[in-house]
Amino acid sequence: MRWLVGTVAETVPETPQAVTVHLDVPEWPGHRAGQHVDVRLTAEDGYSAQRSYSIASAPGAERLQLTIERIDDGEVSPYLTTVLDVGDQLELRGPIGGYFVWDGGDSRPVFLVAGGSGVVPLMAMMRHHAGLGSEADMHVVYSARTLADVLYRDELERLADHPHRGVTITLTREHPEGWTGPLGRVDAALLEAVGWPAWARPRCYVCGPTPFVEAVADALVGLGHTPTDVKTERFGPTGG
Amino acid sequence: MHDARLDGNAAAGRLAELFVFDVTVARTTCAGCGDARPLAELHAYLEAPGAVLRCATCGAVQLRMVRSPDRAWLDLRGVHVLEVDLPPG
Repeated sequence: MRWLVGTVAETVPETPQAVTVHLDVPEWPGHRAGQHVDVRLTAEDGYSAQRSYSIASAPGAERLQLTIERIDDGEVSPYLTTVLDVGDQLELRGPIGGYFVWDGGDSRPVFLVAGGSGVVPLMAMMRHHAGLGSEADMHVVYSARTLADVLYRDELERLADHPHRGVTITLTREHPEGWTGPLGRVDAALLEAVGWPAWARPRCYVCGPTPFVEAVADALVGLGHTPTDVKTERFGPTGG
Repeated sequence: MHDARLDGNAAAGRLAELFVFDVTVARTTCAGCGDARPLAELHAYLEAPGAVLRCATCGAVQLRMVRSPDRAWLDLRGVHVLEVDLPPG
């Protein structure tokens, strides 16, 4: 797989910690919702570092979008989130990974569970669902520390205002005034309350930090979901 | 930060340098315990000098890959069988 060159067309702050980078990649071959890319930065002395970032944009979107969370002591993400500017070029390799993908080919319900910036590939699936006009039911459960950490909040609420899509945000470290949503970590009780019973055979996608993914996947299997229907993608601490 | 455990999805980019198919959806059978599952579900340790993929069931090393600027070494001794879906040929 070759390294491609992308040119930054726009950078959009999402939260105090995260930025979405919109890239023009002339040779981009297209991607599937849920895939990622490797980004490579090379210093003048030849030292290079690479990191994986999930693709936030839907398949077929005009520009490739990567949402990048700044890891303060990281090698790559501080540059990508604070220094990178319109017109700059990045090397990237992708799309990568055909396991954690949703193509929208059938009507089985889709249950998405995100921890923190694990929402990024799941956002590509929500956007793809909307773009396809899919009639499969799709629901995302998104665990964030505080309301200010929630990525894509306005768009998620717009997307969820639809008979076949829904969103549940749970906050683990804050109880804002007037908040009527759930609080605390994603556990079996929340998964059971907002998800589908195992007999409805939802396709489940779980993405986030390793401990989050393993706790949620275990809880889903504990609720009777078939392990092969529970797809997982672990990331972080990414070394950013 | 050391010893951070990810999964086979995270190794997909570097493995794509060696395999002409998407190896993350191929199934490996562990030479240690016989567990068979998609490579994406293996436990991945990528902060060592090379990538190490371990069985998600028994923890045995299935695959190691080391990359130098102009060469790669792939150690598959922990994989008994690699099963790949291919279009009818």
